[in-house]
Amino acid sequence: MEKIPILKMGRFLLVTIQVDMHDQLALQLQEDLTARIVAARARGVLIDISSLEVVDSFIGRMISNIAAMARVLDAETVVVGIQPAVAITLVELGLSLEGVRTALNVDRGMALLHERLADEQR
Amino acid sequence: MPAAGQTLRKIIAQSQKELLADWIQTQLGATTLRSDLMKESELRDQSREFLALLQAAVESGNTQTDGASWAPVRDFLARVSRSRAMQGFSPAETATFVLSIKQPLFARLRAEFGGDAQGLADEIWSTTDLLDKLGLLTVESFVKSREELIQRQQREMMELSTPVVQLWENILALPLIGTLDSERTQVVMESLLQKIVDTGASIAIIDITGVPTVDTLVAQHLLKTVAAARLMGADCIISGIRPQIAQTIVHLGVNLSDVTTKASLADAFSIALKRTQAKLPQQFGATT
Repeated sequence: MEKIPILKMGRFLLVTIQVDMHDQLALQLQEDLTARIVAARARGVLIDISSLEVVDSFIGRMISNIAAMARVLDAETVVVGIQPAVAITLVELGLSLEGVRTALNVDRGMALLHERLADEQR
Repeated sequence: MPAAGQTLRKIIAQSQKELLADWIQTQLGATTLRSDLMKESELRDQSREFLALLQAAVESGNTQTDGASWAPVRDFLARVSRSRAMQGFSPAETATFVLSIKQPLFARLRAEFGGDAQGLADEIWSTTDLLDKLGLLTVESFVKSREELIQRQQREMMELSTPVVQLWENILALPLIGTLDSERTQVVMESLLQKIVDTGASIAIIDITGVPTVDTLVAQHLLKTVAAARLMGADCIISGIRPQIAQTIVHLGVNLSDVTTKASLADAFSIALKRTQAKLPQQFGATT
């Protein structure tokens, strides 16, 4: 069965979505990710969707859900690598991912997470 | 009594030269002649060609101008109208080209029929019908070529009017000029997002000094652009809000509270600089 890999980088988890999402895969990802956040005591989740060319309301909702779940577990979610066409589609669908932080690429997203962690430790 | 169109065919076949001469004379004497836009020789050439094509079409015996045998005439008229539209003729002046042939043609018909009023009326009716259709055709293609011109200019204006400029490292500016409709918003959004990807900018300043009016729709378009830029990880600042527009926005109940707004582009730029510079050292510290 196909699975979306979750990589651990220090206190953060990195998820790269490269295949077409469907219900089963999304549920699996939610389960795996929440389990990993707890197990790794992760403080941040980085979701890279730069290879997604097409999005629909399902994926939008899924990302919002994951972000909400991660927040409950005290981890911040940053979505990175949204393509221009994808951004336009999401906005037109009325899904502007409120409450989810966004960044241009993985570098920027990581910087954002580090910044947040540094702020807290200060 | 000859069938309708028969006499017309005969006249064009027999006295084409005289008819052409008379017709050109009529056109040269008419008030709609635009010798400033078009040379007389060109007019002569066009008249001669039209008459030859008309003869060929009439010879076919088909009086329906949308038939296949009239295709050369239609093409020719479309070409003439297009060139006249480009030269700056008015629609009336363009249509007169075809309609002015009536006078010399009818004079000949009258002579041909002599006292037969019934036959003359019938023939004149069928000829008028034919020429009017051709006249309408010229107007139609005239308007069509003008519309093409307008559309092309609109497209060019659209492309010209949405420049995205880089003001500083990580700072983009988007000076909007003219009315924002949904089509333009789309173009603006696309070029802004592409530029964000290309430059890796983290702040975009949308300057609406040149937007004459802001209604709920325009405000919604602006908010959409801001939301899309946010998804790409760039913050937006809206600047250049004039006093009247600020009043309109509040009266309309548009909520811009989630967006940073500044009165002038200079203010927006200074806060953008402050934000990026405050971030830069931390960013470097974080990534190394």
